[in-house]
Amino acid sequence: MTATSPELPPSLAANPRLGGWLRVLPAGVVEVRSGKVELGQGVLTALAQVAADELDVEVARVRMIAAATGVSPDEGYTAGSLSVQHSGSALRVACAEARAIYLGAAARRWDVPADVLTVRDGTIAAPDGRSTSYWELADDTLLDRPATGQAEPKAAARYRIVGTSVPRMDLPDKLAPRSRYVHDMALDGMLYGRIVRPPSRGATLIDVGAGPATALPGVVTVVRDGNFLGVVAEREEVALRAADLLRQEAKWQEQPTLPDEDDLPAFLLAAPAETSVLAESAGPADPQGRPAVRSHQAFYHRPYLAHAAMGPSAATALATPSPAGNADAVLLEVWTHSQGVYPLRRELARALKLAPDQVSVRHVEGAGCYGHNGADDAAMDAALLALAVPGRPVQVVWSRSDELGWAPFGPAAVVRIAADVNAHGDVLSWRHEIWGNGHATRPGLARPVGLLAASHRDGGEPIEPAADPPLERGGGAGRNAVPGYAFPAYRVVNHRLSVMPLRTSSLRSLGGFANVFAIESFMDELAAAAGRDPVEYRLAQLADPRGRAVIEAVTRRSGWAGWTPSGSSGHGIGYARYKNSSAYCAVVAEVEAVTEVRVRRLTIAVDAGLVINPDGAENQVEGGAIQAASWTLKERVRFDGLTVTSDSWDRYPVLRFSEVPAVDVEFMPGHGNPPLGVGETAQGPTAAAIANALHDAIGVRVRALPLTGEQIVAAMPD
Amino acid sequence: MPDTDPARVTVLVNGRPEEVRTEPDTALLYVLRNHLGLKGTRFGCGLGLCGACLVLIDGRPAYSCDTPLWAVQDRDVTTVEGLGAPGRPHPVAQAILDGQAAQCGYCISGVVIGAAGLLAENDDPSEDEVRSALDRNLCRCGAHNRIVRAVLAAASALRASR
Repeated sequence: MTATSPELPPSLAANPRLGGWLRVLPAGVVEVRSGKVELGQGVLTALAQVAADELDVEVARVRMIAAATGVSPDEGYTAGSLSVQHSGSALRVACAEARAIYLGAAARRWDVPADVLTVRDGTIAAPDGRSTSYWELADDTLLDRPATGQAEPKAAARYRIVGTSVPRMDLPDKLAPRSRYVHDMALDGMLYGRIVRPPSRGATLIDVGAGPATALPGVVTVVRDGNFLGVVAEREEVALRAADLLRQEAKWQEQPTLPDEDDLPAFLLAAPAETSVLAESAGPADPQGRPAVRSHQAFYHRPYLAHAAMGPSAATALATPSPAGNADAVLLEVWTHSQGVYPLRRELARALKLAPDQVSVRHVEGAGCYGHNGADDAAMDAALLALAVPGRPVQVVWSRSDELGWAPFGPAAVVRIAADVNAHGDVLSWRHEIWGNGHATRPGLARPVGLLAASHRDGGEPIEPAADPPLERGGGAGRNAVPGYAFPAYRVVNHRLSVMPLRTSSLRSLGGFANVFAIESFMDELAAAAGRDPVEYRLAQLADPRGRAVIEAVTRRSGWAGWTPSGSSGHGIGYARYKNSSAYCAVVAEVEAVTEVRVRRLTIAVDAGLVINPDGAENQVEGGAIQAASWTLKERVRFDGLTVTSDSWDRYPVLRFSEVPAVDVEFMPGHGNPPLGVGETAQGPTAAAIANALHDAIGVRVRALPLTGEQIVAAMPD
Repeated sequence: MPDTDPARVTVLVNGRPEEVRTEPDTALLYVLRNHLGLKGTRFGCGLGLCGACLVLIDGRPAYSCDTPLWAVQDRDVTTVEGLGAPGRPHPVAQAILDGQAAQCGYCISGVVIGAAGLLAENDDPSEDEVRSALDRNLCRCGAHNRIVRAVLAAASALRASR
């Protein structure tokens, strides 16, 4: 055998021990450990399919183990629609090698060549009829070795389980219902904690009369550290009452720190920022030598958006003092719905001045996760309260108003696009400029600790203004800003704000939402100016055959050519290849605009290469499109000078059952292409398709989201 | 302060009288989840605006997060756990599983309760009636259309079983 092959998938190269990825149990079960976590997207089921197929076992034999530090491979964050690409490719290679190792063990036992053996649901058979199984041979030492990448994974044509709609493994528990969420944990002796956040962004806690709260029967302790204020009680209802009392008794000094929400674009354009050229291509002016005859430009705007998961952020923590009573030797256990157990462990250790091995972090599912929400912050809250009551676990659940008001937001942005076009209206040069905060304040990305409570503690540093991942890793504000069309010249510039009045971070599709909304709206504006059909206009300038294919598929499926406009209805298209490197998606929206904008139907075509679980992928695309429709039609974080005011469902409305459009999704054949994540691909195209359909319906180009009556009126020509 | 013995309150949950010790103004939600260990009823907002905490009170969907315990004395509370039986889920829950009509699933207990309440009154609802009945439930993952199809399928299953 050779040394570790440089060919290993990155996740496997970083975590090469095979036994860290899977374990065969004599009971006929394979335990599979991924560093990726279930966010409600069905990823554990998809990964179980990959493992089962490579091992030649039925998927029911695979038990997915929730990610935990010290136990699971370190795969960083579960984000960016990369789980199947990262963890799936690692499991594929690891399981193929594990299969080969177990076959080798059987071959040695029988003294036959391994390549004559077959495996069926874990039963290994020799041509002479002898048989054994993984379960009989189960031996952890067999996999206690680094992966070599020597075993060839299956060819896609031989998949039996990958590519089929295996039902989600987590749903039976959720419907039974059996406790599955971090909110449902009930550890022995568990206490309940609540946090009293500052009443506004710039507030300082002057004094708190903790007397009335501590006098409540069942209150264990009040924890104050700078502007961090929390309470621990024997019962949840007592914790809630005590938090209310603390809120009444606390005296804060407040000062306005937030910009004028009614003129947010002006703030974004004027705020101090770091300017960088993200991409540039100076091609020939025009291949046919035709001169530019016209220029167009337009400004687009998206507001801050909230994650607004159905369940608020929550966590449980337990601080166990060392037997010697040495405070420095405390062990901290945390149960969290974080997207990354290892990054959170490192950040908690840093914030609490503990060694990383004093902290263990386990993933327990939360409500749907669409990016960097309050999960990590809640873990820090729970840790701070748990350290005040060593020996007893403390569960913290955020209030709805904190969830909508204090979790990170998807950043507001202004996008300006300008283009020079030739006499036919084809683009000769394209300029894309973005103003707004970055999309990354995840724990571990900056020197100041990236956890809300850490910034509120005495001496805590403010969370650093959000950064952006580089474009080659998908980018942040610049995600999908590079045009996917074959424009002869383009330039993409980002103005990343160096102040951050509201904390921003990664929300599903990051900058892709605003950029695709802007690009695809502008494409329609250019097509209209040239008197051309929006679909023909796009296809004429799109070289990528897979991109063309999804546009052609969606126009066919939606009946684009046969559309007959009626009264107040309209249709529109939006297209993008997510991150310019992931799944292709085209959306046709049909809307009706009478007293408000109603989306009647979304028809979607997606090319995601090999689809591991067709029904799961469809569910993701459908859900992504509905969420994007909600963002586009309704959502906008509201605030005054002091604080966020859209802190309840009636002040932060989302799309309801009776408002949700019909959604029809078509997947293109995989054609042997590698799998691409689908969870975020529909976000931008859906927004643009709806805005374009609205323009088709009423002739008004609305360039500021959400597409409410108020914004439509504001966009009407004088 | 030590947790001195609070009031004893008896409440009828899933057909069983249960004695709990808490203040009478405690929201029913916390009694169900923590005192009785019925974790299927979920906290979403605490204001009766999202439906994650729905239970049936005397057969009608009600928000347990803003219903004080004193208000359900002598009433019949049914939680999602009380709708089906082990191995025999309620037809709505079964149809949701069959149709893979959930993503994160956090809203789904409330959806099952809301839909069960609807089907108890109308076992042949139109799609619009289902949507309008479910408007008191929020779903953030975008599983709405699958859920609506599942409720309609559950309605047919219920009718067929009669």
